Amino acid sequence: MTDIAEGTKEFEAYWQKLACKFPQVDAVFDECMKEAVLLLKGDGLISFIDNARFIGKMGRGPEPLLVYLEEAPGVAKALGDEALVELREFAHYMSTNTNFKSIVPFLQTSGAVARLLHSHDLFKQYIEVIRDMMNRTSGSVHGHHTTFQSPGLADLLKQAPRILTLVPLEGLKNWIDYGVRYYDDHPERQIDYFSLQSADAVAVLQRERHGTLFIDNERQLDLYLRGLWRDHDYLVPYSLAFSELRKPMPYFDDMGIRIPDVYDDLGEVSGIDRYRATLAHIAAHRRWSTKMIVDNWSPFQRLGVEIFEDCRVDYLTMQRYPGMKRLFLALHPIPDESLLEDKEASGIRIMLAMVSRAMLDPEYQFKNKDIREFADRFLAAMAEGECCSADMASLGLLFIARMRRQQDTSPKVYFQDTEVDYRDDNRHLWIYIENSDEDEIFEHLQNQKKNEEELNSLPPRHYDEWDYTTQRYRPDWVSVYEVLHPGGSTSKVDSLLEKHSALAKRMKRILDMIKPQEKVRVRYQEEGSELDLDVALRSLIDYKSGSSPDSRINMSHRTDGRNIAVTLLLDLSESLSEKVPGTGQTILELSQEAVSLLAWAVDHLGDPFAISGFHSNTRHDVRFLHFKGFAEKFDDLVKGRMAAMDAAYSTRMGAAMRHAGHYLKNQKADKKLMLILTDGEPADIDTKDGRMLIEDAKQAVNELDRDGIFSYCISLDAKADDYVGDIFGRQYTVIDKIERLPEKLPELFISLTK
Amino acid sequence: MTDKEQYKIKQEPFYQAQSNEVRLYEAAYTARLPVMVKGPTGCGKSRFIEYMAWKLGKPLITVACNEDMTASDLVGRYLLDANGTRWLDGPLTTAARIGAICYLDEIVEARQDTTVVIHPLTDHRRTLPLDKKGELIDAHPDFQLVISYNPGYQSLMKDLKQSTKQRFTAFEFDYPDEATEASILAKETDIDIELAANLVKIGQAARALKGHGLDEGISTRLLVYAATLIKGDVDPQSACRMALVRPITDDPDIRDTLDHAIDATFG
Repeated sequence: MTDIAEGTKEFEAYWQKLACKFPQVDAVFDECMKEAVLLLKGDGLISFIDNARFIGKMGRGPEPLLVYLEEAPGVAKALGDEALVELREFAHYMSTNTNFKSIVPFLQTSGAVARLLHSHDLFKQYIEVIRDMMNRTSGSVHGHHTTFQSPGLADLLKQAPRILTLVPLEGLKNWIDYGVRYYDDHPERQIDYFSLQSADAVAVLQRERHGTLFIDNERQLDLYLRGLWRDHDYLVPYSLAFSELRKPMPYFDDMGIRIPDVYDDLGEVSGIDRYRATLAHIAAHRRWSTKMIVDNWSPFQRLGVEIFEDCRVDYLTMQRYPGMKRLFLALHPIPDESLLEDKEASGIRIMLAMVSRAMLDPEYQFKNKDIREFADRFLAAMAEGECCSADMASLGLLFIARMRRQQDTSPKVYFQDTEVDYRDDNRHLWIYIENSDEDEIFEHLQNQKKNEEELNSLPPRHYDEWDYTTQRYRPDWVSVYEVLHPGGSTSKVDSLLEKHSALAKRMKRILDMIKPQEKVRVRYQEEGSELDLDVALRSLIDYKSGSSPDSRINMSHRTDGRNIAVTLLLDLSESLSEKVPGTGQTILELSQEAVSLLAWAVDHLGDPFAISGFHSNTRHDVRFLHFKGFAEKFDDLVKGRMAAMDAAYSTRMGAAMRHAGHYLKNQKADKKLMLILTDGEPADIDTKDGRMLIEDAKQAVNELDRDGIFSYCISLDAKADDYVGDIFGRQYTVIDKIERLPEKLPELFISLTK
Repeated sequence: MTDKEQYKIKQEPFYQAQSNEVRLYEAAYTARLPVMVKGPTGCGKSRFIEYMAWKLGKPLITVACNEDMTASDLVGRYLLDANGTRWLDGPLTTAARIGAICYLDEIVEARQDTTVVIHPLTDHRRTLPLDKKGELIDAHPDFQLVISYNPGYQSLMKDLKQSTKQRFTAFEFDYPDEATEASILAKETDIDIELAANLVKIGQAARALKGHGLDEGISTRLLVYAATLIKGDVDPQSACRMALVRPITDDPDIRDTLDHAIDATFG
């Protein structure tokens, strides 16, 4: 009694100190103080009230103060009393500029953020990150006063705790940077981004996550399944980050194996080993488990059966790969046996986890006799041979019948240390006869039909784009649509060739010279396939006459082949329609002539050869136009497409090069060459920064180089020297006299490949 | 005359038959039919031929083929000496003269024009024309031609011509089944059978990755190497890494997967 009286009295003193006249605050002050006293001591309380007083007098209404009173003790508890000063200072900073509306979300999430960061220094950095974001996104009209509030700030602050559970502070900073950079001038998109609504917000965040990411290890996991289990299926990741209500579990069905998109290290088990343990368990089910009809089983019975079946496949796995035992046991929790003594709560999960642990780890002894008995029965059954899912089902049913207690239906269930991390949800074990309605069979057929239809049209391919300012890729930034170029009249190309027949004749002589020769004689060999009689006689004469003979008297043959795959990539942007002064022809027409001649020349040489064009209309619509594939002949169909060549839109070069590169990469040839014919610098209407696409193209060249593709640019832009060297290094030619292009292009090709 | 004895196999090579191949080979030899053995690298092709030569008591001349090998490397060539030129028989000619089993190992490695010289030896003619020397050799009655190749290379360039293929009877070899392979390992290197079975398990894991970044799985020969290292007091994990994984791949994903297979197998 006296305690409370004293307390009230003490709170009264604080109330005086706060000097606040808001009735809303008055109503809850005592409650807040009760909480605060529990968390704060002495000076801390004084500091708490001092800062509260300041916030209450900022002139932004009662709300900031209310939230502060609620959250601040938590912050002080997690980080120390000094953090309250930062809290107050930043709130004050916000209140002095246009972003005062974000004070409330900032304070609201400060407690959660403080608990996650757990260090005063980090919290200071967090505030700086937010301050930076705020300053950069607050709009100003005249360049002097910030007059618009930051559109995304409030959403960012609301999301902050959730994001910080996924990524470290550094990741949050990078994520914010990305959003500010790309959506600074687009308020609605900015809001979408910072409230985690937009797809790339999720993708960029994903990139910053800690732990072992599925995408980085997809191939290795696939190899794991194939190598150790002779099994393979689609591995489909699901995200753990964005569903809060139910924690998804791994599972598999007809559509593939679902596993989490990321695994953090758990204790001593690394992320990749957790993936392997999960896949091992699933693969073991696929190998050894059979389905059971379970319409008549209660949920408890199913729980029991699945635990025994899980243990059976784990046991068989450990028998085959003894090293897995270490992983399984490290991931398998040891439940707290003493919780079973709680008469109020359901201990069913505890019991199941106990029996599971006991079966996998006979060395661990639980006190419960029944648990031990069932573990022994399990081990005895396993010792006899593989046994089957049905044996486990009867054992599981028995276990449930024996162990079930009255309180197991209680809504209070112990979950701690009962979840076996690597196990799937076992949906594949059950067959429900009732469920298989005819309707569903029909539905299934319809789905199948839909899938088939989808296959008929080419979906877009997405490519990353390089951002030189951050030195990283923007994930799946560009959509490339590949289309067959419509055909036109074939005679046009033939007449073009006719027009250049003199040139063609001259070229034919050169071509014949570099045409692959089957056999070339190599003379003067010490070891060769045959005696070269001329040389041998000479040597013999030398020998007989006493001078030292030349021992290189043999000759041999070698085959002289050419093995080059070539892709010609044409920039078909709008600027190609310009007339070339003094000729009356457009650049496009000249390009057509040049390409026809080149195609004729390469066809003559017999190198595998593809022709494609591209133009772009923003990053969402890059058209990749197919003229000739590697397997196609240079026939009327191809000529028709080339005759109909047309120019439009802009030049997003990097994406087109990546797309052309992925075809060229798969060609089997010793040398791979990509010729890019362009008339200007890479540019697109949705990119304001002129450097951006140039740097992206440069990165694309690097990627091609990495794949063993030699890229070479033929630029028709007289001013190209400013940038083309940045992109292609020294692998380029600028053709100033565009009218000479038709003869230059094939010559260039020949000299490049000679 | 060339010394026949030097080509004889002196000691019985260890060979574990997988099925009736020994009897089939004997039948082929009795009829002097040319034989082709196919199979992945290190599965025991050469060992089998060696064993058969020993069993039949015939000399064996082995030629390892490579792409620089020419017809004259097989048949023979003129050399210069003080008195002018001198003919030197190649290994194929020698085998045909002394009646040996001539074993052309990895024949696809040789250029196609080279492989054509064996044609007249492999049909009813059983002759070898030495056109440069102007001599026609009738093969010795004991002569037999055996070639081996590995169809796993999957290269357009490295395949035998139909006209060559259709002159041979063929054995298809593969890695033995798990139990047989384990017993082979145990016998060859004298390790205990359980360890051998574990090694085979790793080999099997690698073989399942063939075509997914591995051109060829871990061969029985490599398993023998690993077993030999273990016998020499190296711990199994390191021995396997050294003998089984590092030689066959540079791909980090495959390396990690196989390393994990080793850890999973040896616990």
